[in-house]
Amino acid sequence: MSGISRRDVLRNLAVGAAGGSVLKMIPAEAAELAHELIDKEKASSPGGRYTPKYFSGHQFETLSQLCAMIIPKDEVSGGAMEAGAPEFIDLLSSENEEFQGTLGGGMMWLDNLCTDRYERTFVDCTRTQQTEVLDLIAYKKNAQADPLLSQGVAFFAKLRAMTCDGFYTSKIGIEDLKYIGNTALAEFPGCPPLPE
Amino acid sequence: MTQVVRSPKKFDVCVIGSGAGGGMAAKILTEGGLSVALLEAGGPLNPEKDYQMFVWPYDVPHRGVGVGGRAADNFGEFLAPNGAWQIAGEPYTSTAGSNFQWFRSRIVGGRTNHWGRIALRFAPVDFRSKTRDGLGEDWPISYDDLSPYYDKVESYIGVFGTRENVPSAPDGIFLPPPKPRCSELLVKKACEKLNVTCIPARLAILTKPLNGRPACHYCAQCGRGCTTASNFSSSQVLIPPAMATRKLSLITNAMAREILVGRDGQATGVSYIDKVTRTEKRISARAVVVAASACESARLLLNSKSALFPNGLANSSGQVGRNLTDSVGSDGEGYFPALEKMPPHNHDGTGGMHMYIPWWKFDRQNEFPRGYHIEIGGGREMPEAGMFDDLCKEVEGYGASLKATCRKRYGTTIGFAGRGEMITNPDTFCEIDPDTVDQWGIPVLRFHFKWSEYELRQARDMQETFQAIVEAGGGQYATKTQVHGAYPFGIQPGGKIIHEVGTARMGSDPRTSVLNGYCQAHDVKNVFVTDGAPLVTNPDKNPTLTIMALAWRASEFLLDEAKKGNIP
Repeated sequence: MSGISRRDVLRNLAVGAAGGSVLKMIPAEAAELAHELIDKEKASSPGGRYTPKYFSGHQFETLSQLCAMIIPKDEVSGGAMEAGAPEFIDLLSSENEEFQGTLGGGMMWLDNLCTDRYERTFVDCTRTQQTEVLDLIAYKKNAQADPLLSQGVAFFAKLRAMTCDGFYTSKIGIEDLKYIGNTALAEFPGCPPLPE
Repeated sequence: MTQVVRSPKKFDVCVIGSGAGGGMAAKILTEGGLSVALLEAGGPLNPEKDYQMFVWPYDVPHRGVGVGGRAADNFGEFLAPNGAWQIAGEPYTSTAGSNFQWFRSRIVGGRTNHWGRIALRFAPVDFRSKTRDGLGEDWPISYDDLSPYYDKVESYIGVFGTRENVPSAPDGIFLPPPKPRCSELLVKKACEKLNVTCIPARLAILTKPLNGRPACHYCAQCGRGCTTASNFSSSQVLIPPAMATRKLSLITNAMAREILVGRDGQATGVSYIDKVTRTEKRISARAVVVAASACESARLLLNSKSALFPNGLANSSGQVGRNLTDSVGSDGEGYFPALEKMPPHNHDGTGGMHMYIPWWKFDRQNEFPRGYHIEIGGGREMPEAGMFDDLCKEVEGYGASLKATCRKRYGTTIGFAGRGEMITNPDTFCEIDPDTVDQWGIPVLRFHFKWSEYELRQARDMQETFQAIVEAGGGQYATKTQVHGAYPFGIQPGGKIIHEVGTARMGSDPRTSVLNGYCQAHDVKNVFVTDGAPLVTNPDKNPTLTIMALAWRASEFLLDEAKKGNIP
């Protein structure tokens, strides 16, 4: 087995398919076309200078800090911030009222909690204070002990799942998991020997 | 609506629907020399543009979940077009408590563009299960009648598998199977401890070149559609040869409204809505083959009312829309710590399982009739949204520990999907909703659906088996299901497995069936139905292979009848 480029494979296939084939389409340009379309879309939203589509400046900042705390950067890879999770979540929220309520409302709930406890919003809290509140809302059992936390726990569960979605669908996240594939192979190698 | 546009040409046959059954009919009939008008309710397909092969989630802004994240409920935004549980302007309704789910695909090839490619033969016993256990009905044909057509279909479309001599899962004409994945080897080992049969799967994916189509390139993305046509779809494997005969007129965006009938009680053609111009058009044909998908075909027959056929066409038995079944579905998953030790490797393979568990308890008395098979998934798949939902719920928290857990647990989950046989029951059927039409003015379907105790017991057995396999493999079973409530033991809502069949069943007795053994309507000899509707039972073998075998057989019969002058 050897990894060969998609282009090589598709070109060879196209040649093989040409004679007496039931194929009407020649596959060689398929992936090219897909990537062209993608590049066009990317060009219309230049990376790095993202303008939030739904969340306000303050809320987008809150969202970004939360994402960074949920999946932080470490010695192996970047975190959810670097992976564009806040942009992904903002984009989906701009198109989905349910997310607007759960996440937008949830972040306001979080600010209210922080204001009650520390007289400042989440983004202005110290790292210790931020950690303190997330430790409260990151676990279901805390809501059982203190029902006043239940909405915050539900909000955080949703945000955690979406942050994971944003991170693990990014190039950084997929590489972090060491996924190998999404490529054309001449043969499927099967399972490598199990290590002892 | 403006005046009706009549096609000046009279076709030999009008085929309605371009999926597995309609595509097969179009191919066999045109190759047999008949002229065919093929109506498709959706648009044309362009695989190079429409198929999303090799696209990474990060290549698109919505990362695979679509606008508002909503495509996640429709198998993701990379799925081959245009399947969805809901289609704007084309509703269906469900009675209280039924919650029937209907997945439709409006495009050339229909659902074959993205189907699971599981291609299993029904077993001899499946054709006479009433004789065996007294439930439902027997088929008017036997395994031996259909077996030559299974041979032909497999030889033409290409199915991988192995000869195993399992009575519940007959062998076919197979291409070699791909090598098993690690997760599948682990499941097989566990099954051996439990005396559960685990064998190479049978999928309509090429492991060798066949009929001008290249072999699979193992990207695991069959559901996105394959630009090299290395898996089976009607759009790429059946329609092109039909086109090549120059006998086929493919008419897209054509929503069939009614089958027209002459004074002699024979069909004369089809009235359809041209969705682009929103006008009604008519096709004249000497015969009509209905293959719009089981429920859509029932809808068309029921909506084809006339003085001669006041209850709908071919419905003197009252059985059109009745005998609806879906597969019993219950899923589970387990965490296998042994997989944490695996070095990173390419786990993709074909776009489906390489190993599966056929029904293995056929030789004993069980707490439910009939049987089920188990599909195996999971392992080091391409990451996608939702992959860590269950893990997040399990471990909670955030930060470095969450990230480390995801890293460690990636690829260690194996999923199990039980797919079993539902018995027909009088509370499960579809009919015309008296109050609702779609945007084309066509009355829509109303569904009634109920699982019986048989299916619930089967779902319980599935859950127990999943747990036993996971534990025998040194894993921890993670799925928790309720014993009570609307969906006990994780049983899925009706329709969710997308194996809805039976709504115009075949039979020897015209009083209790709609079609004869050649898929020909008892009441109207020039009307045939060749999708899932003719199926008398819905065994735990995904229906598509059988739909194609029946369609091939029915089409040969129709050709023969036309030659004999028995078609008007």
